[in-house]
Amino acid sequence: MAETEPVKDWASDYDIFAHDFMIDPYPFMSEIREGACPIARTERWGGSWLPTRYDDVVAMAQEHDVFTSRQIIVVPPVPGAAEGAYSAVAAPPITSDPPDHRWHRRLILPTFSPQSVATFENGTRALCNRLIDGFIANGVADAGEGYAQQIPARVISAMLGVPVEMADEFTGWVQGALDLQNPKGRLEARMKILPFFHAQVQDRRANPREHDLITTLVNSVDDHGDPVPDSYVIGVCNLLLIAGVDTTWSSIGSALWHFAQHPEHREQLRNQPSLWPMAIEELLRAYSPVTMARIVDRDIEFQGCPLKAGDRVLMAFPAANRDPRHFPNPDVVDFEREHNRHVAFGSGIHRCAGSNLARLELRVALQTWLERIPEFDLVDPHAVTWAAGQVRGPRQCLVRFPVATSPVN
Amino acid sequence: MRVVIEYDICQGHQACAIVAPDVFGSDEIGNGVVLITGDLPAELHELTRRAQRNCPEHAITISD
Repeated sequence: MAETEPVKDWASDYDIFAHDFMIDPYPFMSEIREGACPIARTERWGGSWLPTRYDDVVAMAQEHDVFTSRQIIVVPPVPGAAEGAYSAVAAPPITSDPPDHRWHRRLILPTFSPQSVATFENGTRALCNRLIDGFIANGVADAGEGYAQQIPARVISAMLGVPVEMADEFTGWVQGALDLQNPKGRLEARMKILPFFHAQVQDRRANPREHDLITTLVNSVDDHGDPVPDSYVIGVCNLLLIAGVDTTWSSIGSALWHFAQHPEHREQLRNQPSLWPMAIEELLRAYSPVTMARIVDRDIEFQGCPLKAGDRVLMAFPAANRDPRHFPNPDVVDFEREHNRHVAFGSGIHRCAGSNLARLELRVALQTWLERIPEFDLVDPHAVTWAAGQVRGPRQCLVRFPVATSPVN
Repeated sequence: MRVVIEYDICQGHQACAIVAPDVFGSDEIGNGVVLITGDLPAELHELTRRAQRNCPEHAITISD
């Protein structure tokens, strides 16, 4: 298939890996959403459907019996992933369907309640300050790789009780696992992540720890009262690493990219700090990093589209969150937006389990940056590089800022 | 004004608690709970309505 050929018609031949889409997907999403076929189709990358209207995306997310989570990646499964010792390991609960989904999710939700994640706030702030200490005297920094990317891997390491020194390695694994155009690299990443967590599970069985997520999971029971299998615990760790790292750094990076170009929004938050919670929600809406795939369970006509059993669907939450039917002036970032039913974290039973942690990291990372570096802008808007695929955010995002002159002794 | 969260519909987005933290909170799994029993004081009515309009799952019911 000529996957590198330019897209002529986005409604019938969309390409989430197209260069222009990667740089700025919103005009293309808008073109599809406001066109005659708001559920686009492509034969590229194994074929899939792309719903772009809020109501369609939400309906699909809600109808989990039709739109199943057997696969959540929009490209064909990695050859070899279903073989060998880890063939049974998925990424529960995001890859789970009812009825198992219920206990798969129930076991991890208490860890991610607002009360639980609040215990990570001070550590996250200290981490952000250390990162800023490392570049604040330079007058220039990479807000993506040098800051946003550094934060979630370290927070999730602390949460999983694994060595924080491994954070950079985790980052590489996660990038490999989500490099959807590279099946070989994805399999390699999988075969690093799963044995690592298998060893962690074995360690916790031999040496249980207190207040430790993996120990708690290892000692959990399923909805029949039976001990959970190792494949479940390894799968949850797999999910927390992959879903907890790339998504959150993409969100932090996009928000800093926005603030670099909008001094009026920095000033607004300085003058009205009470707007912070709504500002976070608005940034999540406007720069939703995640799209998520589903597998159609049975032949069904959906909004005039003949979906077949086994078809892949990519729920475009970023497009839904800019649907003018639900968000007036959707391309404008407005921290005082009254109605914001955004679905950056999805909708229905698969609502992002880590949403409260993601919000906390986003808020702390942005507040700490804006306190210490209140004035900054992009070194070169055209030099910012973006991740493609199902998680979108800036990779390299060079910013410059005035260097405070410190007193000389 | 009284407010209830339909527990079977709530998916724990926490949008209500973000908009109106004096009215809504979280249980141990992160689902929304109403913190005020009985009638809501008048000064919280507007925020409560706004929280309802920000719930992605339409899980909040208000009765006047």
